[in-house]
Amino acid sequence: MSAQEYAFVVLALVGVVAAVRVVTARNVVRAALYLVATLASVGATYLLLGAEFVGWVQILIYVGAIVILFLFGLMLTRAPIGREALDNPGRLLPALIGLAVLAGLVFLFQDAFAWGDPKVQLGHATTALVGESLFRRYVLPFEAVSFVLLAALIGAIVLSRKDDTR
Amino acid sequence: MVTALTLPALVRAEEIQAAGAPGLTRYAWLIALLPLLSAAVILFFGKRTPGGGWIWGVLTVGTGFVLSLGVLWHFVTGGGAHAAAIDWFTIGTLRMQLGQYVDGLTAVMLVVVTSVSLCVHIYSIGYMHGDRRFTWFYVALSLFTAAMLNVVIADNLFQLIVGWEVMGFCSYILIGHWWEEHVNSSSAIKAFITTRIGDVPFLFGVFVLVAATGFTTSNIQEIGHLVSGGEMARGVVAIAALLLFGGAVGKSAQFPLHVWLPDAMAGPTPVSALIHAATMVAAGVYMVGRTYEVFLHADPWVLQLVGAIGVTTAFGAGLLGLVQDDIKRVLAYSTISQLGYMITLMAAGPAGRNAAFFHLFTHAFFKALLFLGSGSVIHACHTNNMSEMGGLRKTMPVTFWTFTIGSLALAGVPPLAGFFSKDELLVALEHDHQQVLFWLLLAAAAVTAFYTARMVLQTFFGEYRGHGHPHESPLSMTGPLVALAGATVLVGFLGFAGTGAPFFDWVYLEEPEAVTFVPWVAALSVTAALLGLAGGYRVYRRWREPDPITALGPLHRLLANKYYLDDIYWRGIIRPVRDGLSAAVNWSNQVVLDGIVNGAARVARWFSEGVRGFDERVIDGAVNGVGQTAGFTGGLLRYIQSGNVQRYAAFLFAGVVILAVIFTRI
Amino acid sequence: MIRLPLLLFFSAALFSIGVYGVLARRNGVLVLMSIELMLNAVNVNLVAFSQLWRDLAGQVFALFVIAVAAAEVGIGLAIILLIYRNRETININEVNLLKW
Repeated sequence: MSAQEYAFVVLALVGVVAAVRVVTARNVVRAALYLVATLASVGATYLLLGAEFVGWVQILIYVGAIVILFLFGLMLTRAPIGREALDNPGRLLPALIGLAVLAGLVFLFQDAFAWGDPKVQLGHATTALVGESLFRRYVLPFEAVSFVLLAALIGAIVLSRKDDTR
Repeated sequence: MVTALTLPALVRAEEIQAAGAPGLTRYAWLIALLPLLSAAVILFFGKRTPGGGWIWGVLTVGTGFVLSLGVLWHFVTGGGAHAAAIDWFTIGTLRMQLGQYVDGLTAVMLVVVTSVSLCVHIYSIGYMHGDRRFTWFYVALSLFTAAMLNVVIADNLFQLIVGWEVMGFCSYILIGHWWEEHVNSSSAIKAFITTRIGDVPFLFGVFVLVAATGFTTSNIQEIGHLVSGGEMARGVVAIAALLLFGGAVGKSAQFPLHVWLPDAMAGPTPVSALIHAATMVAAGVYMVGRTYEVFLHADPWVLQLVGAIGVTTAFGAGLLGLVQDDIKRVLAYSTISQLGYMITLMAAGPAGRNAAFFHLFTHAFFKALLFLGSGSVIHACHTNNMSEMGGLRKTMPVTFWTFTIGSLALAGVPPLAGFFSKDELLVALEHDHQQVLFWLLLAAAAVTAFYTARMVLQTFFGEYRGHGHPHESPLSMTGPLVALAGATVLVGFLGFAGTGAPFFDWVYLEEPEAVTFVPWVAALSVTAALLGLAGGYRVYRRWREPDPITALGPLHRLLANKYYLDDIYWRGIIRPVRDGLSAAVNWSNQVVLDGIVNGAARVARWFSEGVRGFDERVIDGAVNGVGQTAGFTGGLLRYIQSGNVQRYAAFLFAGVVILAVIFTRI
Repeated sequence: MIRLPLLLFFSAALFSIGVYGVLARRNGVLVLMSIELMLNAVNVNLVAFSQLWRDLAGQVFALFVIAVAAAEVGIGLAIILLIYRNRETININEVNLLKW
């Protein structure tokens, strides 16, 4: 077990616990904040793996923008607080399904990869390389995604506009 | 005649001639064809023709009359016989033909038929005026004339049969012209069935003859040659002759098949005049005379039988004429009696045959005259019964004089035609040494004169006993009467030895015979006639109630009931057949056959009910069931649409997990 | 030098927690948050394999996922807002007009 691994295990535990709190918190704002913790641990994981660009983008976008969006959304919709208000009455089935998904996924990668092997090395994933790949090989998807973002932007504005004609 | 459906194989024209060119005899078949066409035209266009269609009939028969005079002229100028035929089809070795054989006899018959038919056609314009079926009447008249002419010119037996049968049909149609009254339709049926009973042996006689020729021919002349040449067994010839005679017995109303003729008087009087006096009933006599070789070369008992039946008919019917009140019935029995004369003479050899034909010739004219005259009287008095007539000679002079001429001819008073023909009959009998027949016919002549006198006196003399206002008939009716009276006066001389007897130059069997005048026979016949007339005059000079003839007592009852023959037939034959046989056949038809048919129908219905049930329950059930199942399943499946997105997501994820496991495991 | 299975387990855990959240939460915004969890789990997976095999495609793809996730959150929240405006509630159980 290397130092990286230790660090990673700690981060993972934090992230998982925070994720669990996201889906079980009775207070929506608390849930949003726990989401921040999870997203941050994921970003840290990226950094540990050596994917620096993706890691910082994660922090930037997710933690910095999306969570803010969530908080605004919660504010504008005056989300109520409380167990009955936030959770569905029948939670057993979702739990079972969640467990089934977990079991399935674990089963899948157990089958593919033996425990302990392989080991992920720190990679040569510099920002320069990522950028080069992004603008060379994957320039078309890149452009397409920018369109998607544009459409989402316009769409969000249109959708949330107050109707003046009424 | 040639029909559109058959193509003649080849035209075979044989011209058998004694001397000279055929003249108009080549076109004799036209005389028979024209009335047939006229019948068709009247049938389809008669109602549209102004007048109702009589024009066509009169025109065609008139043309035929002129043509037949031309044909006769050929023989008057010494011409010979002419034959021509067209092959129609062939059965094995038997050639079926349509043809004509025209000799002197044919020419004479053509003149008789066309002239009487023409008179009847013209007469009917007035008599049948306003009748409910005027046009159809003329159709039947024309058709009948065509059929009779066909019989007269036919050169082979099958063609003769065709005309024979069509005549029978027309007779049925015309007797039952006013079929709405039951008695008329019954009389028509009686006539048809009775002549049918004679037609069956006739048909078989034809078959026997054709078979005896080895199925090679049905031509009358050829058969005659074969018979006279001795090529057929005598017994066969006898049987054939007997069977043929059956047809004559039926058609010419000889005993015992004479019962239909008096009842046939239910038809209109012109019909009686044409069919039941001059032409159709003469067809039987004509047929015997045409096939005379067969009769001549048969066993002698055949001709003796012929003579016996003839004389029985002549005498018996004459007696029946004494007791009738209906004027037409008197004439009917008179006709039967005169036909009996002709048949009797057929038993007297070739001379008798020729004499019979001469009598047929003259009888046609004066009998038609008498019938038309009676029609005139009936038309004026609206009754057939002489007891309701009387004194008509003052109100209907033309009818009276013409009727008297006819009656005197019937009685046999010289110099009218009847005298000459009756005289010839007796002469022939005398020459053939037929004593019994001679004296019996002489006695019958006296009876004939007696009832004739009775008829004339009761109708035209004395005081009028009826309730109407009789007046003379229109010209269309009296014209033919005058014409026929003229003929009656004149035609007798055609057979008189003193004027050359040209008739017997035309009508002969092997060769013309010499005709002689035998004074004592003539004297006897005149005496008989005068005796009868005098007796009638004495008894019936004044009208007496009741009819003096009833003084005969039981004999009168026998005569009034027509020798009880009708009752014998009814009880002995008709009732058993109708109530027994026919009823049984009817039962089997209604119950058994109809039962089978209805039963089959019921089974089919039941079966189709089953199929329908199957279709409704099983097939429709299946189809409806499919629909219902779809609906039911849909009704269940719709609950999946909960509207709850998370529910959908749950299933999604569960499904993904399961699929993933499956795809990696397998 | 991190063992791959650990990373994968981390990713699986995040994903299944996200599944639970999507199914169990009533509030629309919280459902969206759970969806974000799932997306992140996917990203972790992508990046891990990208580093394992030294192929940058995985990371590029992860970037795209992030971008699209951002767009999706924007639209999603706009829709939630509209629902709130129309129905005064964002209880997604009550948005069930497609119910039979």
